[in-house]
Amino acid sequence: MPQLSKDARHPVSCTLNGKEVSGYAEPRMLLSDFLTHEIGITSCHVGCEHGVCGACTVLVDGNITRACLTFAVQIDGCQIDTSECLANADGELSDLQKAFKKHHGLQCGYCTPGILMSLTAYLKENQDPSEQELREILSGHLCRCTGYVGMVRAVLDYCKNKTT
Amino acid sequence: MKPKGFDYLKATSVGEATEALARGGEDVRLIAGGMSLVPMLNFRLVEPSILIDISKIADRKYIREERGMVEIGSATRQCELENWDEVSEKLPLLAEALPVLGHYQTRARGTVCGSLVHADPSSELPLCLATLGGEVVLSSSKGSRTLKASDFQTGMLSVAKRADEMVTAVRYPVAERGVGYAFKEMSQRHGDYAIVALAAVASENKIKLGVGGVADKPTVREWENLDDNALDEALNTFAWELGGYDDIHASARYRRELVRRLGKKTIEEARKCRS
Ligand code: FES
Ligand code: FES
Repeated sequence: MPQLSKDARHPVSCTLNGKEVSGYAEPRMLLSDFLTHEIGITSCHVGCEHGVCGACTVLVDGNITRACLTFAVQIDGCQIDTSECLANADGELSDLQKAFKKHHGLQCGYCTPGILMSLTAYLKENQDPSEQELREILSGHLCRCTGYVGMVRAVLDYCKNKTT
Repeated sequence: MKPKGFDYLKATSVGEATEALARGGEDVRLIAGGMSLVPMLNFRLVEPSILIDISKIADRKYIREERGMVEIGSATRQCELENWDEVSEKLPLLAEALPVLGHYQTRARGTVCGSLVHADPSSELPLCLATLGGEVVLSSSKGSRTLKASDFQTGMLSVAKRADEMVTAVRYPVAERGVGYAFKEMSQRHGDYAIVALAAVASENKIKLGVGGVADKPTVREWENLDDNALDEALNTFAWELGGYDDIHASARYRRELVRRLGKKTIEEARKCRS
């Protein structure tokens, strides 16, 4: 691969929520800015821009990724999933989202897309997490509204209904 | 909070990366997981002219056992070591340390070698490497060399890696029979850097304790088996010798207290784990 010059904008393509998209990025452009300003999605929130809050969490090839710690040029050709992929085509929320709604797992919702993506990846690995395990996963995210109690209830409820 | 401009090169082999390093001079930085580097780029604490991405070098993604060591390639992520089938058997100290290293989310991307090169004084992986007496493999366009953990990390955020070198692998010694291992740390919140981190190795007639977060790099002491009072005495001396500092997270005094008390607990735990 050739060296990409800092002064130019380079084409970047990826599969975003199952659709091919492309845009241009200087090497220094963060994935969070690329998704928001180049592609135009609204779920990749930026809270801290240095990897602490988790608001910008997306999945890159299925792996949890802080979009503010990743450069757009790094994900060329990758598969990106954001919380836009959770609800179905006519806007019906996913079961996990419904559980969040039911248990007040969100208030302002700024942290929510990132948390939903972390949980989406985690719940594939562990379908029956304990409260302690969930709290550990949630410790990688900051929520300034809820105190996390509703989120924990939501996920436990979601997992229970899924297995029964 | 946006990095300054840099050229970007995605390396597909160690050769390609080391050639680019040789050409690039002092101003080049390597990026693997980016969990420590990108915050520094975003804050403009580092401003490289070229960033070489080594996360996609396929033959650097491995964990294998060789001559009594577990060797981990530089593209191996922390979560891959954490989920390795044999981690509790072969590297019990790391099996305890990995779950408290950063967050689930950062371990999904951060690499083992990247954390060693970053060399934060309170970081878990360098502490385990120093305590177990592992080694680091470095490569440049001129060849490779191997450094012992104690020669690799030279101080706070500094390692003996030359500007034209990359770390290609790290080797942790495999756990021995009849030896117990334990890891403990104190941090303000789950996933934060430790205020003090402790790693203990207990064999039949020796104890080894590694301390992170107090001196400017992980520091290790070894003693012949001591009885209770002598151990307290030794830990107290060690705590003072480390020369802790006050910062917003804790006072030097509190750090010393952790070395004395949590240090002792860690040693006791390691003794219990001897199999
Ligand atoms: S914005 Fe990425 S972690 Fe806070
Ligand atoms: S719901 Fe407002 S920050 Fe989490």
